[in-house]
Amino acid sequence: MPKSMSVVREAIAGDEADDAMAERVAAGQAKEQVKAGRKVLPIVEGVVLVAALLAPLVLQDYLTVFATRVIILALFALSFDLVWGYAGIMSFGQALFFGSAGYGVALLARDLDITNILLVLPAGTIIGLTFALLLGGFLLLGRHPSSVIFVSLGTLTGSYAADRLARGWYYLGGQNGIPSIAPMSLGGYEFTEGPAFYYLVLGILVVVYLLCRFLVRSQFGLALAGLRENEQRIAFFGYKAQHLKAIIFAIGGAIAGLAGSLYAFHEGFVWPNMVGVVVSTQVVLYVLFGGSGTLIGAVIGTVIVEGVSFWLSDNYREIWPIILGLLLLLVILFRPLGLISFVLGERERVGSFGARPKETERKTEKQTEKEKRNAAP
Amino acid sequence: MPLLEAADIKKIFGKLTALDGAALTVGENEFHGLIGPNGSGKSTLMKCIAGAEVPTQGKVSFVNTDITAFTPTERARAGMSLKFQITSVLPTLTLYDNILLALQAQSSLFDLVFSRTRGALHDQVMTMLTQFRLADRAFDAAAALSHGQQQWLEIAMALAGKPKLLLLDEPTGGMSLEERRVTGELLQPIKKHCSLVIVEHDLDFIRDICDRLTVLDQGKVLASGTVSEIQANKSVQEIYLRRA
Repeated sequence: MPKSMSVVREAIAGDEADDAMAERVAAGQAKEQVKAGRKVLPIVEGVVLVAALLAPLVLQDYLTVFATRVIILALFALSFDLVWGYAGIMSFGQALFFGSAGYGVALLARDLDITNILLVLPAGTIIGLTFALLLGGFLLLGRHPSSVIFVSLGTLTGSYAADRLARGWYYLGGQNGIPSIAPMSLGGYEFTEGPAFYYLVLGILVVVYLLCRFLVRSQFGLALAGLRENEQRIAFFGYKAQHLKAIIFAIGGAIAGLAGSLYAFHEGFVWPNMVGVVVSTQVVLYVLFGGSGTLIGAVIGTVIVEGVSFWLSDNYREIWPIILGLLLLLVILFRPLGLISFVLGERERVGSFGARPKETERKTEKQTEKEKRNAAP
Repeated sequence: MPLLEAADIKKIFGKLTALDGAALTVGENEFHGLIGPNGSGKSTLMKCIAGAEVPTQGKVSFVNTDITAFTPTERARAGMSLKFQITSVLPTLTLYDNILLALQAQSSLFDLVFSRTRGALHDQVMTMLTQFRLADRAFDAAAALSHGQQQWLEIAMALAGKPKLLLLDEPTGGMSLEERRVTGELLQPIKKHCSLVIVEHDLDFIRDICDRLTVLDQGKVLASGTVSEIQANKSVQEIYLRRA
């Protein structure tokens, strides 16, 4: 640290104390700038948001419909990322909440003619939440912590059972599901596929994203980080680890339910796959591909996996699933933290928690930096 | 009444009897060393007290309450804290967040979600870090610390919630002589408000900081008393000679 040494020497000499101080301040500012330069997350988020806002303006109509579907799936991916990426709960049955909400709102539309957006979206969210509370209560709220295997198999079984149930139940349309769901409405306006639907789901995604970001960057987020890294340790601090898990699992279920109800109205029909293992696995891949434990990673993963599948299935009609599978394997092998880890460092990924540092804390942070510099020579 | 009383503790793993009627009594503000040869059941007794293991038989009382069936969370909330034998600081979090994580454990869900206690806990975090000579590294990731510093951080985390009783399982394992000396210094001030049960192989370290000792051998209590009583005890000398 030759620079800091010279800084200290000059300060001791006293003659050029002011210069030394100025240099120190400049060094401090440079450091702040370097630090500011290191913050890539807001930049990535901004770029993704701008791209998403501009997409319908540059895309052809059929691609806007595709993009709407992707945004809804990105919302679904956020739900899994909260549960797995942040709290470390391996849910292999996230589609259960997505699909059951889809079926729920399809039934509301079919049997009760309820399509008002102000009723169907809260209803879908509550359905997702309720199913997640029931399953989560059963799987996570034992007296002793449940093992990862128990939770992943339990959620997988839940999703598989729901798929079988939907296939066999005439009321739910059996194998064919429920077709021709009436469009979502608000007053006299009907949301059909196209830019209006796109901007609606984008708006919802942004709001949910911000709420999730608020949550994972709060002190609650710190508790989740502890839960993810060492559940036993935080139980010994006095945390009710199982409760924390059930809460985040339920929040994840609610978001998946919201996404599922949007998906049902966007596609115009629901079918058994929507609650089943295939969709449950798909969301795991989105998040692993993009980067679990970062919210933007889940969104980017969804966009890339869906975009690449779309392009591959157009151009390599027969072998595209194999190519996609290999791509996913490569990422998981060589970039276990997902594509986002190409631009995002470990420190920023973990981040800090609670309110932004207040003046006193910033002082502390600067003081420790200063002490380090002074101690260096 | 003693602060902690574990009586007639039996723990059987399959065919192995790890504890066979072991007992431990710790008074308020007492530093109590738990020693014995390898395999004598020290760590198992510690785990039974902390709630990491459920004893096959016996009773553990803490502050006049039978806590034998309490979960680790309930024990922590009653004022008991544990530092694991294997360091279990959270490596990706900063030192600051490690301590904050320990300190905010009793905050309500509402306070956690709206980050309402962080400001109030800031001074306590920095005090703990300063006390354990880690303040200058507050914003580094815990993984970047030396082994000895990780042990200190973990002791600081265990003490953060102001427990009435701290259980330390081999706190100086893998430390240099200098680090051991400093660890002893760091532990002294907590005596004013906290009792300590310490499992340790380093007998010099134990002798320096403990008031009373309990010696285990083959899952049973061989002797219990003040440091000088234990040093004079013939059968204790025998098992340590036997081991040597």
